[in-house]
Amino acid sequence: MSEHTVKSYDDDLTQIKTMLAQMGGLVEQQLDDAIDSLTRRDTALADRVIQNDERVDVLEHQVEEKAILTIARRQPMARDLREIMVAIRVASDLERIGDLAKNTAKRTHAMSDQLPRKLMAGVTRMGRLAQVELKNILDAYSNSNAELAMEVWRSDEDLDALYNSIFRELLTYMMEDPRNISLCTHLLFGAKNMERIGDHATNIAENIHYLVNGKPLGEGRPKKDVTSGMRVEVGGASEE
Amino acid sequence: MNAPTAPFQTYITPPHPRALSNGKFKITASGVDVHYGEKHAIKNLSIDIPDRAVSAFIGPSGCGKSTFLRAINRMNDTIPGCRVTGDIEVDKHDIYDPKIDVVQLRAKVGMVFQKPNPFPKSIYENVAYGPRIHGLAKDKTELDQIVEQSLRKAGLWEEVKDRLAQPGTGLSGGQQQRLCIARAIAVNPEVILMDEPCSALDPIATAKIEELIDELRQNYCIVIVTHSMQQAARVSQLTAFFHLGTLVEYGDTDEMFTAPQEKRTQDYITGRFG
Repeated sequence: MSEHTVKSYDDDLTQIKTMLAQMGGLVEQQLDDAIDSLTRRDTALADRVIQNDERVDVLEHQVEEKAILTIARRQPMARDLREIMVAIRVASDLERIGDLAKNTAKRTHAMSDQLPRKLMAGVTRMGRLAQVELKNILDAYSNSNAELAMEVWRSDEDLDALYNSIFRELLTYMMEDPRNISLCTHLLFGAKNMERIGDHATNIAENIHYLVNGKPLGEGRPKKDVTSGMRVEVGGASEE
Repeated sequence: MNAPTAPFQTYITPPHPRALSNGKFKITASGVDVHYGEKHAIKNLSIDIPDRAVSAFIGPSGCGKSTFLRAINRMNDTIPGCRVTGDIEVDKHDIYDPKIDVVQLRAKVGMVFQKPNPFPKSIYENVAYGPRIHGLAKDKTELDQIVEQSLRKAGLWEEVKDRLAQPGTGLSGGQQQRLCIARAIAVNPEVILMDEPCSALDPIATAKIEELIDELRQNYCIVIVTHSMQQAARVSQLTAFFHLGTLVEYGDTDEMFTAPQEKRTQDYITGRFG
């Protein structure tokens, strides 16, 4: 986009975008470390993730402050206005993703060493998928690429599908042996965290669509997470 | 909508502007050209303006927005070398019809200017002058009534009712501008044209005028030319963006300032214009 007559206005907008790029990079790193710490049961790494979350929060506040100041000073219109509104929303989604990464890392402490590898595999796979989604959506945002954003938006279905199967799988383990319940519950929350990260990525995708096209995305996203209605039937006996 | 069809085009972004809820266009213009001698100030302009709504004209200096505004009540007639061609209709009547009475037209299509220009007479006389020459009041009592009503509608009555005999020029800038609006209202206009009515006023006087505009739109078709994008966004329901004598985009104000269709509109309202 061409430049403003007032150069410092461009600087304001560039600064916001730079802060968000920084925030995005940090959140990506946090998520990567959180998944690693959980997979390798590396509590030292987990603690680092927990500590670093504060940096994400600080960046979010900085984006917000800069955005409010820019609104007050420039009275942005049209695309500039959307740019700023979307920046605030993206910052808030990234902050939430950071929280979910932190929460996942925290659970490392509750993992015992005897955890069967195959139990971990599903959650790790979800984590990797969520990472790809996050990376792509950050790319889409930094290039204001609405098509790429929509691809991410659609791809979130895969993460939902994986979550459904992991949910089922973990329930089965818990039923097999009640000693698995504590671990499986933590893993279930971990998986849920990854699923939520995917949802935040689709939020960002919707905002990129609005930023570029000036209209909110009309249709609702097909939500494929069906676990909220899932029931467990003990011993195969019907509950009816 | 009843826009003129080809060969003219009316650039209303939404096919049915929201401000057209009562379904009536007050002013329709099609294929309008305005020349000042050699200068081609307005080029093949077509626009439909709804009744009982505020339409704002924005655009850089020299884009033709004031020229077009003045064409709506034939104010350009007074400028030597100015030629207007094409159709401009108010209530489906061609206002450039040679048979039309221009004085009557200007009563029906009133105008408020950038600098408040009260007559060097009393506050009362400023408002009473128009109704008197148009014979709208049969006696003094009726004239008093018209003066009071007009000043009330212009939100000035409470401030001036005890000093109607004092000169209008003694009022503050904002009060003078409201006096000019009262003067325009006094002759029962249907359309009020405003050419940057707040550019000489402080923010508080501006807010009072904007509040007044918002009330007046219940009863009038209002067209306002403004250089303040924020003002256009605040007071209008429709916004028209002019550039180099053409109408670039015309649509619902809400959309013009959040997601305009044309790149030139976007560049202008975001402050990127060259």
